[in-house]
Amino acid sequence: MILDSLLPSASTYAADINQLFDVITLLVGIPFLVASFLFFSFIFRFKAKGGQKAMYITGTEHQYMKWIHRAHVPILVFDVIIVVMAVNVWYRVKQDLPEASSTVRVIAQQWAWSFVHPGPDNVLDTADDITTVNELHVAANTLYHYKLESLDVLHNFSVPVFRLKQDAIPGRIITGWFEPTMTGTFDIQCAEICGIGHGLMPAKIVIESSEQHAAWVEQNSPFAVAALAAN
Amino acid sequence: MAESIRVEHAAHHDDHHGHHEMSFLEKYVFPLDHKMIAMQYMFTGMFMALIGGFFAYAFRWQIAFPGTEAPFWGQVSPADYNSLVTNHGSIMIFWVAMPVLIAAFGNYLIPLMIGADDMVFPKLNRLSYQIFLLSALIILASFFVEGGAFGGAWTAYPPLSTKAEYSLTPLGSTMWITAVALEFVAFLLGGINFITTAMNSRAPGMKMWDIPMVVWMIVIASILFMLSVGPLLAGGIMMLFDQNLGTAFFDPDRGGDPILWQHLFWFFGHPEVYVVLLPAVGIVAEIITVFARKKLFGYKTVLYTAIGTGVLSFTVWAHHQFIAGIDPRMANVFTVTTLLISVPIAEMMFVYIATLYGGSITLSTPMLWALSFIFEFLIGGITGIFLGASGNDIYMHDTYFVLAHFHYTFYPIAIIGTYAGFTFWFPKMFGRMMNDKLGKLHFWLTIIPFNTIFLPLFVLGAAGHHRRIFDYRNFPELSYPWMWDLQALATYSLIVMLLAQVIFFYNVITSWISGPVAPKNPWNSNTLEWTATSPPPHGNWPEGLPTVYRGPYEYSHPDRKSSDYWPQNEPA
Ligand code: HEM
Ligand SMILES: [Cu+2]
Ligand SMILES: [Cu+2]
Repeated sequence: MILDSLLPSASTYAADINQLFDVITLLVGIPFLVASFLFFSFIFRFKAKGGQKAMYITGTEHQYMKWIHRAHVPILVFDVIIVVMAVNVWYRVKQDLPEASSTVRVIAQQWAWSFVHPGPDNVLDTADDITTVNELHVAANTLYHYKLESLDVLHNFSVPVFRLKQDAIPGRIITGWFEPTMTGTFDIQCAEICGIGHGLMPAKIVIESSEQHAAWVEQNSPFAVAALAAN
Repeated sequence: MAESIRVEHAAHHDDHHGHHEMSFLEKYVFPLDHKMIAMQYMFTGMFMALIGGFFAYAFRWQIAFPGTEAPFWGQVSPADYNSLVTNHGSIMIFWVAMPVLIAAFGNYLIPLMIGADDMVFPKLNRLSYQIFLLSALIILASFFVEGGAFGGAWTAYPPLSTKAEYSLTPLGSTMWITAVALEFVAFLLGGINFITTAMNSRAPGMKMWDIPMVVWMIVIASILFMLSVGPLLAGGIMMLFDQNLGTAFFDPDRGGDPILWQHLFWFFGHPEVYVVLLPAVGIVAEIITVFARKKLFGYKTVLYTAIGTGVLSFTVWAHHQFIAGIDPRMANVFTVTTLLISVPIAEMMFVYIATLYGGSITLSTPMLWALSFIFEFLIGGITGIFLGASGNDIYMHDTYFVLAHFHYTFYPIAIIGTYAGFTFWFPKMFGRMMNDKLGKLHFWLTIIPFNTIFLPLFVLGAAGHHRRIFDYRNFPELSYPWMWDLQALATYSLIVMLLAQVIFFYNVITSWISGPVAPKNPWNSNTLEWTATSPPPHGNWPEGLPTVYRGPYEYSHPDRKSSDYWPQNEPA
């Protein structure tokens, strides 16, 4: 409700995170409202009135302490609900790695992104790979693995419409997944400070229908480009 | 044991109280008196806060009005932007929150509230300030060296922070980590003093449960600090070596691991947030009990929740690293511990709200600050839950939502807590009363803009605005007109808030010079500092140290007919 009113939801797990956000808002919102209500009503109700002494309460009396103890029950229950939901979403997005139909390589460096697409043979690291700068092309409704690398410092591959974020670490290749659910062109941002150009490395993710994407791959494969040049 | 330290300490003092003719230098520049050292820390911290605030103004201007010249700064370049953001954060935490909340209030209040004539180790105390001052000078100087100040964020993740070819600030990076490491040393020395003094120098009759809450809180905070800072100090030295001696602790190309730094940093960094939280919570306890004329609701409960939070705070650090490339299974553990911490923190907040129940509340300036602390911190606490929930943090991490969250925790602590304590103890510190009207004007002109700065940033963060971005015009999805409006609202609010601080300094200076003379105990408070003259002389109670007969919060006691307070030192 809240997040999808602010930005599109373009991956299969975006809806899970939207829902988690809403549930947390509700479960922390209720205690917050109750506490604020009590807080302000006490301030107004117990304003100093001439000659009237305050009550003497030590805070160990059962009649008062029981309210504090009772308040813990909903808090613990809410905590458990939030933990269970959060861990479920986390498991789905970060721990589980479902079978992919295609894999892309994402390479971050100061201050640009390179994307390696598998080309017509749909296999990475072969001669027909398509490398682009600051523009990632994917097909909707296709499950992708990404292999994330950095050539220098930490960066972070963040696609807000997917609700996806992952640090890129020099010396490691981190594998994750996403599955776009709609077509369109969206921002990719770097979400880890990486030097003076950190705010200046915007990239795009272009999500196409599978036909359009196939056509794009066809046109941009190194063989097609070479053939075009030869003519 | 306790006795013998006390005796030695008293002897030592007699000796230096003997020289009544102290030179200007001895008294103000190299003092041993805990109150003067406290003032050194207080005013150095406030000065640094002005610098940190000015930095915020400069980079907020660039965010809201990119490409235009910020008045009094000029065009903010990307390099400027990064070093302003980095040093704003570093200064506010290490050179404002720490010196003011721990060192200034700790130094001022501990001896006075436990009925001692000074700290146990006055010379260590003086050394602590001197090292601190040196660290502050180094961080400020880093703006004037070749390449400029460090710009890799206050978290200083390597390899950006360790390799000059990436950061482009060869000297700035080294000065940053040197300054931070020295600051840690200063607070290690201070911490030893606080803990030892509170445990050994208490007035006769003051039992454990008679210690005022703020003293407990500063002691617990010092213990947390001393337990957590060791690993980071070691990490800081590794970083210095990586930068300058060619070691490779954090260099992945040569077998090092950049994530190691993150663990060392956050193993300290999360407890650190409670290190500054606890003194503020203690200050608030002193103020709400006085101005509600109420006993603190559940003294031991507050103490146990503080200890509980402190212990748990050592188990949650990786919630800053959920998506940093740690083993994804670890996130589950840290989600559980992080949400568990909400239990003692919530309890603490409930207890404070319960303290107001049945009170006789006067909304003086210090009380307004103390109450606003409770409310604003509540917002900070509940928004932490959004981030502690791993699945949600995949999206929220490093957005303005995180930024707004921690400003709703740190701002109440460092700014609201400081103003609460300062306006409350001002009569004791300077022997004059502050102007209450100006105090309230300053309060409202600070607290309203504070909310209009950071509430919009929650919305922007939820809409996907990342932190530390120099120019949002590069991102079409972050450049809708409503987003620019919220950014501008935040920046204008900041300017209003900064200008409002003039009222505070005007009030301090005029009250100090010509405010009404303060009596010993203007707020009818119970604790011992109010039995000394305002301001207390060197040695605090030259007529003899007080004796304690009861706890600090016996307000409106039914057996006490003559008044609604019962000073700790009054015989039964
Ligand atoms: C109930 C209490 C709290 C919870 C559950 C909580 C949770 C969190 C979490 C999970 C993050 C990491 C978010 C991210 O980077 O994606 C975070 C960030 C932060 N929190 Fe809290 N927090 C709480 C209280 C506090 C307090 C009391 C303070 C300060 C005194 C504080 C200061 C910070 C800071 C400074 C950061 C950001 C650090 C950075 O990335 O620069 N938090 N909090
Ligand atoms: Cu970056
Ligand atoms: Cu934390």
